[in-house]
Amino acid sequence: MLNILWFIIWGLLWAMYFALDGFDLGIGMLFPFFGKTDQDKKTMLESIGPVWDANEVWLITAGGATFAAFPTTYAYMFSFLYLPLMLILYGLIIRAVCLEFRYKVNKPSLVSLLENGLFLGSLLPALLLGVAFGNIFQGLPIDQTGYHGNLITLLNPFGLITGILFVVAFLLHGSLWLSFRTEGDINLRAKALARKLWFITLFFAVLFLVSAYFVTNLYANYFSMPFLLIVPTLCVLGLLGAGFFINSSEIMAFLSSAICIIFLTFTGVGGLYPNLIPSNINNAFSLSAFNSSSSQYTLTVMTVVVIIFVPIVLAYKFWTYKTFSYKIKEGEVEGY
Amino acid sequence: MDVVTLSRLQFGATAMYHFIFVPLTLGLGILVAIMETLHYRTKNEIYLKMTKFWGRLFLINFVLGIVTGITLEFQFGTNWAQYSIYVGDIFGAPLAIEATLAFFLESTFLGVWLFGWKRISPKMHLISIWLVAFSSNLSALWILIANAWMQDPVGFVLKNNRAEMTNFAAVVFSPYAWLKFTHTITAGFVVGAFFVMGISAYHLLKKQNVEFFKKSFYIAATFGMISSLLVFFIGDMHAAEVAHVQPAKLAAMESFWNTEKAAPIYLLLVPDDAKKSNLVEAFPIPSLLSLLAYHDPNATVRGLNSFPQNDIPPVTPVFLSFRIMVGLGTLFIFLTILAWWFAKKDKLLNHRGFLRIMLYSLPLPYIATQVGWIVAEVGRQPWIVYGLLKTNDAVSKNLTIGDVILTLGIFIILYTALAVLDFTLLTYYARKGPLETD
Repeated sequence: MLNILWFIIWGLLWAMYFALDGFDLGIGMLFPFFGKTDQDKKTMLESIGPVWDANEVWLITAGGATFAAFPTTYAYMFSFLYLPLMLILYGLIIRAVCLEFRYKVNKPSLVSLLENGLFLGSLLPALLLGVAFGNIFQGLPIDQTGYHGNLITLLNPFGLITGILFVVAFLLHGSLWLSFRTEGDINLRAKALARKLWFITLFFAVLFLVSAYFVTNLYANYFSMPFLLIVPTLCVLGLLGAGFFINSSEIMAFLSSAICIIFLTFTGVGGLYPNLIPSNINNAFSLSAFNSSSSQYTLTVMTVVVIIFVPIVLAYKFWTYKTFSYKIKEGEVEGY
Repeated sequence: MDVVTLSRLQFGATAMYHFIFVPLTLGLGILVAIMETLHYRTKNEIYLKMTKFWGRLFLINFVLGIVTGITLEFQFGTNWAQYSIYVGDIFGAPLAIEATLAFFLESTFLGVWLFGWKRISPKMHLISIWLVAFSSNLSALWILIANAWMQDPVGFVLKNNRAEMTNFAAVVFSPYAWLKFTHTITAGFVVGAFFVMGISAYHLLKKQNVEFFKKSFYIAATFGMISSLLVFFIGDMHAAEVAHVQPAKLAAMESFWNTEKAAPIYLLLVPDDAKKSNLVEAFPIPSLLSLLAYHDPNATVRGLNSFPQNDIPPVTPVFLSFRIMVGLGTLFIFLTILAWWFAKKDKLLNHRGFLRIMLYSLPLPYIATQVGWIVAEVGRQPWIVYGLLKTNDAVSKNLTIGDVILTLGIFIILYTALAVLDFTLLTYYARKGPLETD
């Protein structure tokens, strides 16, 4: 029972990370292209300034929870995917430093270095997280002697489709967040961009869902338990909602896009069950919620921690989002 | 070089680099919170200026602290997969709890504090900075609970080819963890205090913003004096705990080779790892080692030669690091007492030589905290979990030398660039002096 609960928590933590840091990464990727004036750029950073760091903590929590609940998965997931993970971490390091220090430096050469760093440091994690999960969805070549892949084998068509889907979905998510937090010209431009990105995201989402049928086993669980089809359905509804609300309701469009990302993650995770990291050589070497987990004692301790503290975390995070949901007025940039 | 050595280098380098920024976060966070409290209580503008000036330096440092911390959360898995499998049932829990309890709180309220000046009430703003200061110290508690378990494993059984937790309370309330925690955070407080005193001394020497920096100096000196005393006495208790649970580490700290009753400490000592003895031993203080380690002048202290020779740490680095740490710790007590006294009597400007000493002492607590970690971690070798698992058996099996050389190389380039950027920004904003508040 606890193993199943922690499997769901595992998926949820990744989903929360993608849905929350996703828009920060999206804005980071948009930064050098979308920000025409210094004012635009400041507004873009101001829109994510109060929240991006806490959003990134979901990733650290996902890592920590994987370690605590599924130590064998933690060990193999990150040692097998050594180089891509390291590249993701370098990207996140560069992103954070460039974002925070962009308006603390004046030298033009340094400014452009940091702006390019913000772009690359946002693109790299978005793309590679997608590639990594695209490969996990397909299964990794694992047998009794270990892992038989490398960085190049990860860049297979389905891995790349998932990677690009993450990039465009985060771009859409970021532009919707930007329209929610801004007004005037930048707001209109953000919406116009979101409309274009929506079509591109739709294309890659369909491509992902269709090709998943051919190259992964993700749908097996859904066909054997049809009520689970609600998960991919919600993903599609979220994406449709994001397109539907772009003009009428900025907050609904953003929340729909968040729902799309959360259920996209769950579509994959639900299809993986009971595995966290499937082997595409022989299922006997897959890492599952049962063969890679911590003891029942540790899972119980961690469950108590989650029950007590996660509601508190969610409460103050909700309060923060409420506090920082106001429209940033042009020329009233405060934090940077 | 093999994968183990390279992975140790990578972990050691990234962890030590991370720990350049962490202690300042621990100490300066509290100092900024104290300053904002003073403003909240007195409504004196100077304390608001202080909050903003030191808060900006806090922020620059904080950014480096988070980004260098992310890699550590994952490196147990990337490079130490066998370790993670063996101890994950116990070691993973405090890491996950650290993120859930501390990191969310810290990052959320730092954002609130930074962007909330006009958005939330002054009281809520004050609470935010205290939450940041509190949660950064809380995160230290959980990561040190994890680290203490590697030093003194408790509350577990060996089952299913791994260590499994049987008693969470024993892990959380391990005396080793709490000594290490209090020793580490008070060391961080000393770093914060010397940082503020050093930069204040710089401006006082130039006679800029004299009132502002005299007040900053006085707050830091008071905080630094209390912390220097605490870190020293907790350190003494911590060493006694080490003697109790890691006798080989204690012997390495003192380069003590042969078991003796009423063991002395030699003021001058040169270890010789190869000959398994000391090249020079001079100026003994009789019975002092027995007294400090066991609080009994006649106690027997085990020498390094009484342990299996494959189970003792490299002696020279541990010994030297320990001596430097203790020497600096002692110096901090004298310096902070003087600093506090001169600041209290408002005589700082009369003692330019002392101000200069305080300016140049700014890096010393950084050195002390770094060598402190060398004592703790090199002193634990060859074990990754003391007495249970050797470091050599803990590394990921699939990694190649090329993998680790590549990532270590990128780390070195990236971290050097970050260090330059950080140092440039800190010196720029530290020299610039307080901002005009709006």
